[in-house]
Amino acid sequence: MNVYSEIAGNKTKTYVALAIFFLLASSVLYVLGKAMGMAGPGLFLFAFLISMGVNVVSYYYSDKIVLKLHNAKEADREQYFDLYTVTENLAIAAGIPKPRVYIIQESAPNAFATGRDYKHSIVVVTTGLLELLDRRELEGVIAHELSHIKNYDMLLMTVVSIVVGLIVYATDFFMRAQWFRNSDDDNRQGALWVVLALIMAIIAPLAATLLQLAISRKREFLADASGAYITRNPEGLASALEKLSLSSVPTMSSATNATAHLFFENPFGSDKGSKKSWLVNMFSTHPPLAERIAKLRTM
Amino acid sequence: MSYPLLLTGSILLFALYIWGMYNRLVVLKNRIDEAWSGIKVQLTRRADLIPNLVNTVKGYAKHEKQVFEDVTKARSQLMSAGSVSEVQKAQSGMTAALKSLFAVAEAYPQLRASENFQQLQKELSDTEDKIAYSRQFYNSNVLSYNSQLQQFPTTVLAGMFHFTSKDYFQMDEKKEEPVAVSFE
Repeated sequence: MNVYSEIAGNKTKTYVALAIFFLLASSVLYVLGKAMGMAGPGLFLFAFLISMGVNVVSYYYSDKIVLKLHNAKEADREQYFDLYTVTENLAIAAGIPKPRVYIIQESAPNAFATGRDYKHSIVVVTTGLLELLDRRELEGVIAHELSHIKNYDMLLMTVVSIVVGLIVYATDFFMRAQWFRNSDDDNRQGALWVVLALIMAIIAPLAATLLQLAISRKREFLADASGAYITRNPEGLASALEKLSLSSVPTMSSATNATAHLFFENPFGSDKGSKKSWLVNMFSTHPPLAERIAKLRTM
Repeated sequence: MSYPLLLTGSILLFALYIWGMYNRLVVLKNRIDEAWSGIKVQLTRRADLIPNLVNTVKGYAKHEKQVFEDVTKARSQLMSAGSVSEVQKAQSGMTAALKSLFAVAEAYPQLRASENFQQLQKELSDTEDKIAYSRQFYNSNVLSYNSQLQQFPTTVLAGMFHFTSKDYFQMDEKKEEPVAVSFE
């Protein structure tokens, strides 16, 4: 498989996942609406507004929030010559403005990118990563991060998590509303919808989360491929990932669930070492390292 | 719907289509120009490093006059080059001249050990990277412009408005190797 087909393939898979995702969301809302009757639409709007509000704020201030959370410092050109110039050079190749570059004092090797658009984008790397990698490998990692920026992954994942939030809040409201049900206004058909809605309310949040993770993994593959397209050297990232899989400091102390999807590699190190089952993979934000390395080596 | 209305509508749609196609070509063409100025920025950056480098080497190897002359000449050629092919030629000359300069420097251990020289080498090899990447960006813009231009039906319109395909920025493969840098 070459770089072009890899990029096209992952884009298609993202679209398919998104389509399933919105289908799921609308059928959940439909069933819940049927079960709840008049109260439905108002509550859904409320759920949507909450989810929208939370996600839009975190999207808009993503750079500032993350920098504060991880206590990152801006990298200067003299001290971090390779990191700074590599970012500058790859931004030239990708045709985007150079993002600001930040450093986290942290021995676990990792990196991430965030920011709402090209102008506000940032790339953050840990000191552990800089110690581990040489210049070509660093190029691979930074190109992966710049691809996230270039592919508007922050925007995509925000839209996805707005919908996940909507499903989670809507089903939650529905469950709570069951306590106050007036059993008098039940008829046979209504009861059927309620049973269906109850089943959905249990399954849907989990399904939505799994879909969100699936999309996230596809975007990682896509960033790997478009990164390889920028550097014209897939081996750089492959060798960086290989070093990472062998590194002895696996977990990031400052990572939280909220920021896990941003990282260049799963910050909790759940897929280090031996092959993990498909069940573990399903709950990961990132595809297994071995699979990413194998794909890069075929490009 | 009446017949004249339908006719006017389809002519209008067709005109809009042509309009869009024309503007698309203009955008793609301007992107190439922008990418070209990106290359020029990096070439200037490299040219700016040269006098500094020459002076540093001169401090240790005064009598290697020929090399200094070559480098200075190559630099002024690069500065005055305008078109893509001129720059391409001057660029190869520059790379060759720098190569012999660094070959000379190899013979002076004190020069190689100097911090100033090492810093300049680092800057220079980074600039080589920048030139390579801006060239890659330029070429990818040429690729999308040329592909658009050669596709039907754009190719008909392009012929009418005299859009012509652009040349890739190539480098002499043999001379493209990065400047030898050693940090012993």
